[in-house]
Amino acid sequence: MLGRTANDLYWLSRYIERAENIARLLEVGYRIVLLPREGEGFHEEWRSTLESAGCLQGYVQRHGELLTQNVIDYMLFDTSNPSSIASCLASARRNGRAQRTALTREMWESLNSAWLEFSAIRPATVTSNSLPELLDWVRSRSALYRGALLNTILRNDTFYFSQVGTFIERADSTARILDVKYYHLLPSSEMVGSEKDNYQWAALLRSVSAHRSYRWVFKDHYRPLKIADFMILNRQMPRSLRSCYDELTAALRDLAVFYGVRHDCQMTAESTRDLLLEADMHNIFQSGLHEFVQDFIGRNNKLGNEISTAYHFSD
Amino acid sequence: MVAAFDEMNGFGGEVRAPYRALAEWLGVQHLDTLRQKSAEAEVLFRRSGITFAVYGAEEAGERLIPFDILPRIIAAEEWRRLELGIEQRVRALNAFLYDIYHRQEILKAGKIPEELITQNSAFLPEMIGVDPPRGVYSHIIGVDLVRTGENEFMVLEDNTRTPSGVSYMLENRETMMHLFPDLFSRNRVRPVENYPDALLKTLESVAPGNLDAEPTIALLTPGVYNSAYFEHSFLADQMGVELVESSDLVVIDGLLRMKTTEGLKRVDVLYRRVDDDFLDPLVFDPTSLLGVPGIFDVYRSGRVTIVNAPGAGIADDKAIYSYIPAIIEFYTGKQPILANVETYNCREPASLKYVLEHLAELVVKEVHGSGGYGMLVGPKSTKDQIETFRAKLVANPSNYIAQPTLSLSTCPTLADSSVAPRHLDLRPFVLIGDQVRLMPGGLTRVALKKGSLVVNSSQGGGTKDTWVLQE
Repeated sequence: MLGRTANDLYWLSRYIERAENIARLLEVGYRIVLLPREGEGFHEEWRSTLESAGCLQGYVQRHGELLTQNVIDYMLFDTSNPSSIASCLASARRNGRAQRTALTREMWESLNSAWLEFSAIRPATVTSNSLPELLDWVRSRSALYRGALLNTILRNDTFYFSQVGTFIERADSTARILDVKYYHLLPSSEMVGSEKDNYQWAALLRSVSAHRSYRWVFKDHYRPLKIADFMILNRQMPRSLRSCYDELTAALRDLAVFYGVRHDCQMTAESTRDLLLEADMHNIFQSGLHEFVQDFIGRNNKLGNEISTAYHFSD
Repeated sequence: MVAAFDEMNGFGGEVRAPYRALAEWLGVQHLDTLRQKSAEAEVLFRRSGITFAVYGAEEAGERLIPFDILPRIIAAEEWRRLELGIEQRVRALNAFLYDIYHRQEILKAGKIPEELITQNSAFLPEMIGVDPPRGVYSHIIGVDLVRTGENEFMVLEDNTRTPSGVSYMLENRETMMHLFPDLFSRNRVRPVENYPDALLKTLESVAPGNLDAEPTIALLTPGVYNSAYFEHSFLADQMGVELVESSDLVVIDGLLRMKTTEGLKRVDVLYRRVDDDFLDPLVFDPTSLLGVPGIFDVYRSGRVTIVNAPGAGIADDKAIYSYIPAIIEFYTGKQPILANVETYNCREPASLKYVLEHLAELVVKEVHGSGGYGMLVGPKSTKDQIETFRAKLVANPSNYIAQPTLSLSTCPTLADSSVAPRHLDLRPFVLIGDQVRLMPGGLTRVALKKGSLVVNSSQGGGTKDTWVLQE
């Protein structure tokens, strides 16, 4: 496979995953903004949503004040924002078109029709009533693409690079959400346990689609330590950092077997996974959740760079 | 103008034999049903991403070439004659290319004016003495045919460089089988779907000799913004070969290599869909940022096969076209089976005089133009357009050829308010390697505007599925 092809497949997966994560973040943000609360609480909500998506700086430069309509527009339709859903879908499709030969017909068609349908939406027609439906649609298109990938692609380097892209992006997203909202989880608040904190936690879980599965796994009320544990260390939760690294190490191992060579990136991924395997939530809180997540984000980025070097993404 | 020959009805009267089943079927269809099927076809094409870019269009983005759902049908015995004629022609074209890049016997015999070759920008002196595997220069040729009567097929143009359109031949068939399975049960249509396989066999058969392993093949595209990009990726996909851009290729240690996830890998056969000028900046165009520096040296040393060979374009040069019957006779010793269209080379004073006197009746083309750009269709032009063109022609006569305006055959086509006849041509695709492989079918291009004779997609033309019937 061409290095350029691997690069495009990797990013294609990242863009699709990113579109889905942005849709989920917006859904949660919008939900909270709708809740009755005092003062200008929604500012804080949009600030943390934008920050989790890595879009705060760009937004402030473009719009300044945090207004719901502007945030929605910036995150959904603004093509000057490289992480907007419009940009993600366009970039994903551009990469897919450049690598049309690597994709199955089902993958290409899901990608192409998602882009065509989204391009046909006129931003002015999106109202607060139709927004949840639109965000749902984005998630379903991402699911359709992933489904086509899982169901139709040969298990070779095409599949492995796609997997790697998906789970690096997902790990990054979960880690950022945690990092922006980690103070909700600080142990001191466990003693407060107010209503407000409760729905903040629920929202945190919702942003990774885990508010119901949490109940199934823990059969308990929302508790900061368990929520953090669920999002970081739990192997059942498909968006936890641990799950992402289970998938990442598997895909990278498959690549090493496929090509018959191991690189630095395999080592790095395995050592990060070992760290997650052996970690204990009490210790993480003790030495600092923020520091732990920051360290993780750094490792995850390093892994991305090592993969790009090992497989000649661009030379 | 005389009424055109209609593929279904001839010059009026009874429905021609190959169209009987279709005519019967068409007789009981409602216009609305046909329209709905047409809309369905468009959805299928859009979803598969089969689009082309239009040069000069502001939103250079992507457009669909309109597809007409009524097929063009060719009877078995008609095809047999085309087959013989095409094979004769492409063998002669390759023999001609071999000759002019070696001993130039045809020039010595005085069959073609020498300066038409040596002064021609499509002739590459760098190719002199180069021996491509099996002596084949043009491995993939699209022969543009037009028809004016029951037995009157003529070659309008040979495309010996990088002919395109074969993906439409394949996708049109897929779409038709999807939309009208019942029509295929009423007609015995020869399949075309093994084209990618035949192409792969052809490419493998011209690999450099003495390889240790199976040859590695790659398809070189100018990139995603090229008008034929869909076709490039489609063919690479169907053959299971890498689709590369020039930045993916590099020459190291006298071999052509591509940059893969495992490092550099040797390429043995390069099916290039870029023009000669963009192959090797060291040889052809030093100012070009495209191309692979050094690739031509690798080619000359016989360690990579470039398909079609550089310099193959001299065989489809419009200034050479009128000599093709002589070329066929010279190399095969036989009369051409397929006729040429009568052609005036404006570089010859007598021809120029005739052309200037008859501009309003003729089609005048630029020698190096393509895609329907830069041409004059006399009978369809205003006085002003003709006079503007006359000035260009007088200023640079050798840049033009002229042909009579042919009454191209028509075929029933779904138009705005009814099914109506529209003019068309035919481009069959032929592969030349260890053997000559001709697909039973081709690309039928149709001028969708009433009365129009210009079938190019860039000028409002569409396509049809082309059926060659089983005996």
